[in-house]
Formats: sequence, C-alpha cells, structure tokens
Amino acid sequence: MSVDISQFHQVYFEESFEGLAAMESGLLGLSIGEPDNEAINTIFRAAHSIKGGAGTFGFKSVTDFTHIMETLLDEMRSGQRMVTREAVDLLLLSVDQLGRLLVATRDKQAYDEDAFNTALQNLQAMLAGAQNSPVAAQVADTPALSATGWRVTFAPQPHLFMTGNDPARLLRELATLGPCKVTCDSAKLPAFSDFEPETCYLAWQIELNATVPEAAVREVFEWVDNDADLAVTPILPPPPEVKPKAEEPVAASEEDKPAARPSRIRPARLRRGEADAESPEAQATAESASAANAEQAGGTEERRSTERRSTERRSAERRESGGGAAGAAAGGTSIRVDVEKVDGLINSIGQLVITQSMLMALSDNFSVDDLEKLREGLAQLERNTRELQENIMSIRMMPISFSFNRFPRLVRDLSSKLGKEVQLRVLGENTELDKTVMEKIGDPLVHLVRNALDHGLETPDIRLAAGKSASGTLTLNAYHEGGGIVIEISDDGAGLNRQKILEKAREKGICGPAENPSDAQVYDYIFAPGFSTAAVVSDVSGRGVGMDVVRRNIKDLGGTVVVHSQPGLGALFRIRLPLTLAILDGQLVRVGASVYIVPLIAIIESLQIERGAVESISNQTEIYRLREEYLPVVRLHELLGIAPASTRLEDCLLVVVEVEGRKFALLVDELLGQQQVVVKSLQTNFRSVAGVSGATILGNGAVAMILDVGGIIRLCRERAADLPLLPPSARVA
Amino acid sequence: MASILAVDDSASMRQMVAFTLKGAGYDVTEAVDGQDALTKARSKQADVVLTDLNMPNMDGIQLIRELRKLPQYKFTPMLLLTTESAGDKKTEGKAAGATGWLVKPFNPEQLLATLKKVLG
Repeated sequence: MSVDISQFHQVYFEESFEGLAAMESGLLGLSIGEPDNEAINTIFRAAHSIKGGAGTFGFKSVTDFTHIMETLLDEMRSGQRMVTREAVDLLLLSVDQLGRLLVATRDKQAYDEDAFNTALQNLQAMLAGAQNSPVAAQVADTPALSATGWRVTFAPQPHLFMTGNDPARLLRELATLGPCKVTCDSAKLPAFSDFEPETCYLAWQIELNATVPEAAVREVFEWVDNDADLAVTPILPPPPEVKPKAEEPVAASEEDKPAARPSRIRPARLRRGEADAESPEAQATAESASAANAEQAGGTEERRSTERRSTERRSAERRESGGGAAGAAAGGTSIRVDVEKVDGLINSIGQLVITQSMLMALSDNFSVDDLEKLREGLAQLERNTRELQENIMSIRMMPISFSFNRFPRLVRDLSSKLGKEVQLRVLGENTELDKTVMEKIGDPLVHLVRNALDHGLETPDIRLAAGKSASGTLTLNAYHEGGGIVIEISDDGAGLNRQKILEKAREKGICGPAENPSDAQVYDYIFAPGFSTAAVVSDVSGRGVGMDVVRRNIKDLGGTVVVHSQPGLGALFRIRLPLTLAILDGQLVRVGASVYIVPLIAIIESLQIERGAVESISNQTEIYRLREEYLPVVRLHELLGIAPASTRLEDCLLVVVEVEGRKFALLVDELLGQQQVVVKSLQTNFRSVAGVSGATILGNGAVAMILDVGGIIRLCRERAADLPLLPPSARVA
Repeated sequence: MASILAVDDSASMRQMVAFTLKGAGYDVTEAVDGQDALTKARSKQADVVLTDLNMPNMDGIQLIRELRKLPQYKFTPMLLLTTESAGDKKTEGKAAGATGWLVKPFNPEQLLATLKKVLG
C-alpha cells in the first residue's frame, strides 16, 4: 500500500513555524545559569516535533539540523550542559536558520547552503566543545557467519501479558526468519486451582535453522528484552544430524492465526508443546524474509538512513512530476480556530434552524391572533442572527499575542545592539482582534517599538544620571474599548523633545516661524513625511520614513494614532483600531433623497444649526462657531452632487467629525438610525471612489455608500483650495 | 476492524498516522496529548494504542502507565512512537507497560506492518 504523505506537508510546516516561535520565546525566557527545566523541556519538545516530522516527510537537512539542536537541548535538560549566554545565542541563531531552511523547503527553493553549513558547524562545534566523549555510534554487531542457525531460549516473566505482548506473535515473527523447531517448557504451570489466566507460566526453546545475523533474531524479541530471559546461541556447522522429534506441530506459521490474541486459553493448548514449523508455507516465507533481513543486518542506523534516502528520492520525483500543483497548494492561507468557537457556531446554527421551523409552523394557518407569536419568533430570529454573526466574526478573531510575540526577540537584539538595557512588559496579550487587522498592524508596531528603543529609551549612563534605574521599560498593552481595540506602546525614556521637533518642523516648513503650536500639535509633526530628528541615521531608525507610513497604515485600517509625551518621563503611542474591517458601526444620514453612512467612530456629535452661528469667509466657505471653536462646514450635497431637500442651513443638521485631530461639520438633511453595517468593498465590486470607503445593503434592500470622512475632507480641499484649515485649538479671540 | 487510538501533539504526524490507518480500514481515534487520550480511551475501547513520547500535559509514558491501571487496558498493545534511539526512554516506556515501540521516522508501510504484527 502506498500512501501519499505530501498532503500533510502544509500542516507540518504550519506546526513547525509554531514550534519555532515556541522555541524562540522559550529561549528568550531562559535565565542564564539557572535553567528552568520545564522551559527547556518545552523548547526541546518543539525541536523534537520538528525533527520527527522532518524525518517522516523526508526533509533530511531539517532532520540533521534539528537533531544537533535537540542533542544540545537534551544535554541542557539533563544538566550535562550549562545554560550559557553563548549557547542561548547560538540556539536563537539556529532557530532563525531553521526557519529559513523550512521556508526554503516549503517553497521548494534553494537555501543559502553556506549559511546553513556555518550554522551547522557552529552547532557541532558547541556540541563537541563541552562534551568529553562524543556519543559513539552504537554499531555493535557481530555477525556470526559460521552459524547455520540459532538456538533461542525465551523465558518470559510472569507479567509479559501485562505489557500487551503475546508470545505467539513473537514465535510467529521468528518463524518468518526461517524454519523453527519450538519446544515449550511448561514446568512452571501450577495446579489448575492456582492457575491465574493473566500470568505467563510458559517458556520456549526454539531452534531456528537459518543463516541470519544474530541481530535479526534479537530484533524479534526487541520489545520484550526486559520482560523475559533471552539467550541466543549459535548452532555451529557440523552438528550431528538432529532428527526432529516428530510431534504435534504448533505455532510458527500463518496458519496459527486463530490463536493470535488473548493468551489466556493458550497455555493449555501449548502444554504438550513441541513444535516443528517446517511446513511449506513457513519455508516460503522464510526465504523472502531472510533476504529482507539480510538488508537489516547492518544495524538500525543504516537501515534508517536508507529509508531516508528512498523517501527523499520519492519526494524528489514528486516534485518533478507535480511541482506546479503542489506549489499552488502551499500558497493558501489558513486559520486555526479554537474548537470551542466552532462548537458555538454549530450551536447558533442549531438555534436558527429551530426558529426557522417555528416560523414555518406559524405560517401554516396563520391568523391575526398569532401576530404576537410572529413578533416573538422574529425577535428570536434577530437574536439568533446576531449571535451567529458574532460567532462568525469571532472565528476571524485572534489574540494579539500573535503580533506581540515577535517583540521579545526584537527588543533583545536591538537593545544589545544599541547598548541599552530594556525590559519588555507585555499586557493584554489575549485581547482579540481580526486576523486581517492584526496582519496589517504588525509593521507599524515594529516601527513604533524600534523608535521607542532607539529614540525614546536612554543608555544606562544617561538614565542613571537622570536618577532613573539603569534599565528602561518598554510596555506593550492592548485592550478593548468602545467597540474597538486600543494598542499602546509606551516607554519610560526621555520623552519627545518639543524644542527639537519644533525646530525641525520650522526648518521643513511644516510650521510657520511665528506659529506657536500646542504640545499635541508638535508631537503630531513626527508623523509628517520625511520627518526625523535623529542626529545620526542608524540602521535601526532615523530615516524619517517610518512614522508617516505608520500613520498611513493605521488610517487605512480605519484607526488613529496619537502621541502623549512627558519630558523625562517617557512617551506613549496610542493606536485605536476597529475590531474588524468587515463590520462597522455606522450613523445613517440622509442627504437629499440618498442615504449615506458615516462611521460612528469618526463622529463627535450631531447638532441642530443655531441661527447666526454660521459665518461665511470669502463668500465661499462657511464656518460654524461651536462653543468657541470654528468648524469648517462641508456641504455634502454639493460634494456628492445631490439635490438637497433644503438649501437653508436652518433646516439642516450638522454632524461634527474629527479627522486627523481636526474637526469638521458635515451638513446633512436628516439623521436616521445607527446600526452595524457589513462593509462591501467598492474596489473589488466596482472601482475605488474618492470619499467613499465602501458600500452596504440596508434592511430595505437599498445600497448605501459608506463615507470615508478623511477622503471627503480631502475632496473638499481639492474643490475649494482656499478652505481654511483652522487648527482645532484656534479659539475665538 | 480493529480500533486504534493515535496520540500525538504534532498534527502532521497524527494526521499522517490516522490517514494511513484509515486507508488500511482501521477505525482510528485521534488524541492530541496524554490527557486527551486518556479521556478518549475511557469512552471508547481501543485495540491498540499508538502514542508519541514527548507531549504537553501528559507524555506518552505517563499515558501508558495510566492506561495500564484500567482493567480494560491491561493487555492492550501500546506502542511508543519515538525518535529517541537512546535506550533509557524505551526502558522507561517498557517499565510503564509499553508493548513496544516504533522508531521515527517511519513510513506508512512500516507503520502498517508493525500494527499487523501486534494485532496478529
């Protein structure tokens, strides 16, 4: 039977990458000098699984590489090897190398052999270094060529059955090596009254007449080595012709099948037992078996490597024949879902089905009296639907630890490169968010963490001089708030330097020389394209390409980022993101005859227009004065080209939205309800439209556009280049 | 057909084993670690237990030790799937009541051959 095991490759790679992550975090958590056995065990287990799978699937380089790592770890685990910093560093590098090797193997691409060999040599060097005697390959096989057969004494201990082993199986297996003459020793059999069916009382003497190596004979009894007294002695060539005593033949051939399992009755059958297995079948099997066993003679090690080679050959053939299809299959992404979530989903569906059948039953002979029941049913349907929706959304939700996990390593590597002492604190790593959001927030987070390490935290001497502890703390925190997720990256470093940023901003012309912006505005300048105050451009950060990309990425996700800073105490970056991109809380507004949706997250308040609070600037742009703030008014109907219900401002409402820290007032005809809407992409179904982030289908079947508030404002600025951009802090004098 | 309990924390290995065995017509129950296996073994009698050695929660040796305490698993063949060529793990496994072992890496054919051997 041939089984194509390549179908399990994807699962193998997925779990291997998880294993690598576990190894990495385990290694980072190891305290030098005082190894925590459980931690080493976890790392070991991960390496072990990767190796095991690699062996099975024929990835030889991976097997070899992990084997050495595993040996190192095993020595650490057993206390033979100290957990040194060098060892941990080397293992971390090896984890990286192994990762690259796995990626190359998965993608069926060539890997950097030099780097691989160097890593392999480093590992081998470390292994050889502290170990006095390298483990000698255990090839202790002395094939007694002169023997024409073997005399085997097999005396199982009474508990043999309790290990699940069956003497009949062993005899049968031995018979596959050649013709056997079996004598049963029933001397220990007690009187029937004392007979215990679970105890093995019998022993056997077997004469195997076949020129097979001793190892082959011993291999048959490999599993029962400690559960039996076993003696294997050679039968030497010219023995005086031993005539087999012709007695009842038992065991030793395939015919014996019925006696195969539970041995409780068998002692009785074997009691008289001398068996001679020179039946034709046994002879036949013996010949083929001895050929097969001759191959095994070289010991297990050799056998294994032969298998590995043949597995490799097979997979190489597969690659050639079906490389395209396999490559395509490897590209698919998958998501691991907790069984509980799937169960929840099935449960919801179950309830939905019940509700549906209830409503169906109601529709037969429906009368007005049933109206109340119908309402109830519909309410239940709504509940079920909402539950189902929540359950389905939760499937895409993953704990943010998937994203946070890379930081211990990053912080460790960077801080040692920068000569800083940094402790990383991670909070709220179980906070869940949508997989897509998580994937897209990864890079911005890395930027922010790098920045905090490079610019925020000081070197130990500066910290000590400032009266702080030598080691700085970097905190990652995540929590849910108001239907979204908040991620905070904070440090207890020097904080942002207002003066330096302001100078740079003036130099770049972002800020006029006479302006005196607020702290918040100054800190906001760091998100401007090309902005960097770093004196030296390091390979860590300082090229000024980071922060604007960070803000743009976060904005693309419908989120915001703000900075808080206190000189000398540290800085905090707070990122606010929607939990998912697929559903959004929206405010339905009517403009003319059309309904639009404004994301609730952007809305600050909605209000009725107060007569006299609207002023016009240069005849074109209107400004609304709201509690001593001036808000530019955006007439949505003009922008969207719709005939408004009324052009009189007094008949309209204002929706105050905030974009990039600035407030604007959107002019709408009517506020409708608030509801969760499912976002349908316009880009995939139609094309990208400025000012519109997507569309959704309303309860009545109509399509409504979801407004992209930032886009609307940009559109507005393009239409009227002279729209004054009043900073939010501009107060009425 | 015989019922097999396959225990491995590595999904790829477990699936490979299960797939091979199912293909050969065996009735396979999968478990992700010793604890899981123990629960499943109690609720459904297995004719053979195949278990990985290194697993979280409960390792293969402990699993065998626990299973042997149950009367219905007193004589059941239990095989350790192990890469450990070192003898001490095998000895430990044997002491716990393992029937034998199958050394990884093995291919599907070897797995089936071994199983056939045990089941007779």
